[in-house]
Amino acid sequence: MQPAGEEELSEMVRGATGPLRICGGGTRPVGKPVLGEMLSSAGLNGITLYEPGALTLVAKAGTPLAEVEAALGAEGQRLAFEPMDMRALLGQSGTPTVGGMVAANASGPRRVQVGACRDALIGVRFVDGQGNVIKNGGRVMKNVTGYDLVKLMAGSWGTLGVLTECAFKLLPIPETQATLVSDPMTPQDAVAVMARALSTPFEVNGAARGCDGRVCLRVEGFAQQVTYRTQALIAALGGAWELREEAASAAVWQEMRDLIEFAQTPGDVWRISVKPSEAPAVVARAGCPVVMDWGGGLIWALMPEGDDLRASLGAFSGHATLIRGSDATRAALPVFQPEAAPVAALAQGLRAKFDPRGVLNPGLMG
Amino acid sequence: MEMPIPNAGVLSKRDRVLARLAQVVPQAALITDEAERRAYECDALTAYRCIPLAVTLPSDTAEVAAILRICHEEGVPVVPRGSGTSLAGGALPTEDSVILGVARMRDMLEINYADRYVRVQSGMTNLAVTGEVESDGFFYAPDPSSQLACAIAGNIAMNSGGAHCLKYGVTTNNLLGVTIVRMDGTVLELGGAHMDAAGYDLLGVICGSEGQLGVVTEATLRILPKPEGARPVLMGFDSNEVAGACVSDIIKAGVLPVAIEFMDRLCIQACEDFAKAGYPDCEALLIVEVEGSPAEIDTQLGVIKQIARRHNPVELRESQSEEESKKIWLGRKSAFGAMGSINDYMCLDGTIPVSSLPFVLRRIGEMSKQFGLDVANVFHAGDGNMHPLILFDANKPGDLELCEEFGAEILKLCVEVGGCLTGEHGVGIEKRDLMNVQFAPVDLDAQMRVKDVFDPEWLLNPAKVFPLDASATRRQAA
Repeated sequence: MQPAGEEELSEMVRGATGPLRICGGGTRPVGKPVLGEMLSSAGLNGITLYEPGALTLVAKAGTPLAEVEAALGAEGQRLAFEPMDMRALLGQSGTPTVGGMVAANASGPRRVQVGACRDALIGVRFVDGQGNVIKNGGRVMKNVTGYDLVKLMAGSWGTLGVLTECAFKLLPIPETQATLVSDPMTPQDAVAVMARALSTPFEVNGAARGCDGRVCLRVEGFAQQVTYRTQALIAALGGAWELREEAASAAVWQEMRDLIEFAQTPGDVWRISVKPSEAPAVVARAGCPVVMDWGGGLIWALMPEGDDLRASLGAFSGHATLIRGSDATRAALPVFQPEAAPVAALAQGLRAKFDPRGVLNPGLMG
Repeated sequence: MEMPIPNAGVLSKRDRVLARLAQVVPQAALITDEAERRAYECDALTAYRCIPLAVTLPSDTAEVAAILRICHEEGVPVVPRGSGTSLAGGALPTEDSVILGVARMRDMLEINYADRYVRVQSGMTNLAVTGEVESDGFFYAPDPSSQLACAIAGNIAMNSGGAHCLKYGVTTNNLLGVTIVRMDGTVLELGGAHMDAAGYDLLGVICGSEGQLGVVTEATLRILPKPEGARPVLMGFDSNEVAGACVSDIIKAGVLPVAIEFMDRLCIQACEDFAKAGYPDCEALLIVEVEGSPAEIDTQLGVIKQIARRHNPVELRESQSEEESKKIWLGRKSAFGAMGSINDYMCLDGTIPVSSLPFVLRRIGEMSKQFGLDVANVFHAGDGNMHPLILFDANKPGDLELCEEFGAEILKLCVEVGGCLTGEHGVGIEKRDLMNVQFAPVDLDAQMRVKDVFDPEWLLNPAKVFPLDASATRRQAA
């Protein structure tokens, strides 16, 4: 099914007699496999409002992300949270869409300084499991009028509603960027140096340790600013740092963001969200190749196929999600970290209120 | 302002409820005496008052849970209260309600610089959080004008903003986790020191839910390294339109100031008389502040001043010293106080798209003539969050009502141009009945469904946020 507009989509959901598999560009097949009729957002296409002077863009959910990024680029602006493109990692060939990105709350390296997709999202329209068309938030960046269902929709993977339109707060693209790259370091040393870098006033907006153990630190701004900040960082951190500028710097972060190294290696890929200072211990217990982002707060782990990473990790302050795994593995293991009973009860309650018939991506999040 | 009729059943069992509460909190933490209860009859929206059944001031999560469990069993409504600085009546009690205040819960629980967060009890004031970490070079970013007094609990309930959110965001963008107690006494941990949710973003839903989903007892807050320095520049213009256009151009230019504040003539004069900040005599004033090292500030202000010059400012003055910067901000931050010293006023906080600023200011000026009430404008221009202050005389019969009517018209205008009723103060009771202007019944129902899940009996702060007729069935069913 591919509705041409919000109203038609609403009718289709209302009339659904069985499970629906909600699909944006189909580039993020994450979660328990959903058996059901495909409902595509491809017909909901187009930027509905773009005001560069207000740092605001509104687009229909099926709009290709590339189209949005091109429009923003022409005005020197961007979605600052740097959404990951999962196509290489997951072997997909579709087109990432605005709605898919929001449903996954996809956020890249810059999340550590500017916030996640959910932080830039300022408004949504969606269709709930009974076909109601609901709006929440709006197109202004400060808005506390009523409950914030915008955050609830971000990262809910289409299980509470089908997104039809999303509004974002934007940021200007700085004049230039540079990245400092270290020699390989242990996870322990890497997290320590990233913590120090993130505690300086130099606005480090990328702090990651690649698969090869090298720590990368990014700064952006006007040219003089970037020169000053990279020098000040080197002075503050000590040690040897290689400087990559402009395009070379951008290339570092695109590879980091899209996990290019893991894309070319077989195995399951897990995403671990953790208190940064606990990251070295978590990495040690995982005992596999990792990429550490967000100053250690995000760990991507490349595990042997079918292994239960959570069994090796035991208790830690955070959670693990299986991002890449065979259908069999995703059916056998919880894809999302099982939550504490009182939290799980609330999640269940919300699902029952927003999708009482259980037609929207049933079971995807467990 | 209409409030629900107090539940006679609850009023009649007051003694039993108080006796049960006395078993779970120390004597000093349970206020039953009428004179003492009166201190809790209103918040900063002083036009509306009501003495609550009782006031409880627990000292930790366990006491909060015990109080809520009893009130839940007895069917007694609970009104959570931070420091009582809400301008929207968020902490206004009803006669049959128990106030649950977090004023005694002010401990700093953990400071963690390696992971850049602090964990606090929710009664801690906003400024005290920064106070605990600033000597080590850190700060907590959201900075509402009431930051000296307002509690983190209230900041979370209202998703408070401040002058610097253009760069640093509002409370929800700086909140990592909470310990929250549901009405039935269940204690939950949402979020923590990690950066995103395992499943649904319930933390994001809690923030800004005006104390209707649970009582936040502890919070994990992101702290940031302090910038090397900051410097404001003053720009005076001879019309609001030109100032508005200048704001838009600055934003488009790719510099991101930490703050862009706007004041109109009435406000400029009042603030100048109050703070002697050297504000120019003009129609519209912008304070634009940037951060960084001295050289970085020079670069950014260079770009900004170049843009301003294209709009023919009547004054363009960069702060020359730390002392001058302080004065400039003192003027702005004392705007409400300065206006209050010359008049009674009502403060609105609707947000509009920045592009609509000139139109909305012109319309407000026209309406001001129609209603015969003056309006002073002072607001966060970068994010479109307006603060029109409508001046009225509380002693003049009918003036408050006229002022409220005028205020409602301004907020409707904000919605009409694509904005919202409230940018940072919250709905409370003040804007409750205007929610229908911004939302269709189905939109409000979706929000109320969330409350159904967290508080099925609708006992937590039940008469707020939603128009009473919209929530009636749910409140009465419970």
